[in-house]
Amino acid sequence: MKIINPAKAGSLESNDIFIMVFPNDNGNEIELESIVIKQFGKRIKEVIEETLKELKVENAKVIAKDRGALDYTIKARVETAIRRAM
Amino acid sequence: MENILGRVLPEYIEGYGEVKPFSGAFNNLGIKTKKQVSVKCVAPSEVKLVDSIKEALIKCEIKDGMTVSFHHHLRNGDYVLNMVMDEIAKMGIKDIKVAASSIFPVHAPLVEHIKNGVVTGIYANYMSGPVAEAVSRGLLKYPAIMHTHGGRARAIESGDLKIDIAFIAAPTCDEYGNINGVYGPSACGSLGYAIPDAMYAGRVVAITDNLVAYPACPIEISQEYVDFIVKVDSIGDPKGIVSGTTKITKDPVGLKIAKMATEVIEASGLLKDGFSFQTGAGGISLAVAKYVRDVMKKNGIKGSFAAGGITGYIVDMFEEGLFEALFDVQCFDLKAVESYRRNVAHQGMSASLYGNPHNKGAVVNRLDVMILGATEIDVNFNVNVTTGSDGVIMGGSGGHSDTAAGSKLAIVVTKLLKGRLPIVVDKVTTVTTPGETVDVIVTERGIAVNPRRQDLIEKLKETNLPIMTIEELKKLAENMVGTPEKIEFDDKVVAVVEYRDGTVIDVVKKVKE
Repeated sequence: MKIINPAKAGSLESNDIFIMVFPNDNGNEIELESIVIKQFGKRIKEVIEETLKELKVENAKVIAKDRGALDYTIKARVETAIRRAM
Repeated sequence: MENILGRVLPEYIEGYGEVKPFSGAFNNLGIKTKKQVSVKCVAPSEVKLVDSIKEALIKCEIKDGMTVSFHHHLRNGDYVLNMVMDEIAKMGIKDIKVAASSIFPVHAPLVEHIKNGVVTGIYANYMSGPVAEAVSRGLLKYPAIMHTHGGRARAIESGDLKIDIAFIAAPTCDEYGNINGVYGPSACGSLGYAIPDAMYAGRVVAITDNLVAYPACPIEISQEYVDFIVKVDSIGDPKGIVSGTTKITKDPVGLKIAKMATEVIEASGLLKDGFSFQTGAGGISLAVAKYVRDVMKKNGIKGSFAAGGITGYIVDMFEEGLFEALFDVQCFDLKAVESYRRNVAHQGMSASLYGNPHNKGAVVNRLDVMILGATEIDVNFNVNVTTGSDGVIMGGSGGHSDTAAGSKLAIVVTKLLKGRLPIVVDKVTTVTTPGETVDVIVTERGIAVNPRRQDLIEKLKETNLPIMTIEELKKLAENMVGTPEKIEFDDKVVAVVEYRDGTVIDVVKKVKE
């Protein structure tokens, strides 16, 4: 899937994650900010990467501001942002 | 060495001294001795009113290395600690230990004093905000010493915590040092936490913005304890004095937890005539009060007393006749202040009367039910309210350990997850309150009872409540969030967590940057 426009999904509410995606030139790039970065930073990045892979996205810049979202929320927000960016 | 909870402690900590390991909640009682107090006698012709904080400091012979104390009834609206510490810094005094019953974000200027060596030690029962973060980052020369509310009173009375000069934020004061908290622009009600300081400090200075004609009745702290009085423009910001957390939660999950907790109380058999009760001021805890109120009204139950930091909600229950009396160490809102001023049975209590384990019986010993919060709770029911799951100090016992130890039924109410963090864990980051004093944890997904309380487990079996083991609760949480990565710590001890009896229950180490 090719990212054409910048797009966003989610919110900064507690237990949610705010995702912004932009077209990128060379591969996927993830910028993560999280209130639980020490405990779950790696896992959150993994979920974002997996979701991009499932959607066959290869050139996206993802900016994620996490407020303690669970995996399924992260996945849903990333997918929505990507679909809005197509 | 290890204490009885398996926490690894140094034998000796620089700036603290020899470590007495925690050995059980009720293992250190018996005969205790209170310290002697030196008193500078005041002759009939002497004047106590002085012109400035600086003059008071000079008259109290402030010098390097002293311990100065403060109390936290003005909470996040307090001006007194900052005013006094700025003056001490200006005088070029160094190496001061600050014994503040609690430290709030408003006390951020203390961080500068820590950095430049004016302040080298802190004693507090609770701290949050920039000072807590600075301590966690290891900026303070000596480790902070974290007490419980009752433990602080014990430490002051025993002489473990020796206060050279106590500063009392006095909402109303006369020129001879009689103090009350019920009148004046910064009225905060009960002054319970300041009472041990006033009685046992070397010197006592009252700082007031409402100097009235002698005598300032009703007297909460009397002239016999006060050396000097300073009049200032303002001792606090009323907006910060009222706690921000005293509203019942509207969150349906929080309300569900509160309802379940109330059913646990009912099933315990304690909710009958003569019932006594305390909750914190957090949203879920207050919601428990709401449901308990409904049950008491429905069944015509007349309680004995409610205690603690008193909120307007508890005042309503008292004024409806659901309790005979209130024991109040600190008023959380203006409605509580108003009631404390007006109602004879809204009884003030000192920190010692509230929770000191080494007196002839504290009010917590008479509590039936205590509702507590938790940042983390482990499979042995040990509770952390001192550090966040990231290892940074964000609170402290306050009355948590005291009430858990004293009450017949100590219930922790919490959501199973906070953000993405599981509350039930294998091992808490820091132990604040030992599991042997915690009876039940109620979450929205299930309730776990401490196996020590087989009697309660039997009673709860007869209800429809979702009773499970604490391991099952932990599993439920982990299934949702995964397992958090471990936080890494340095070897440097940044805080010593004392149990209420003065033994060390845990230490807080510096978080790795």
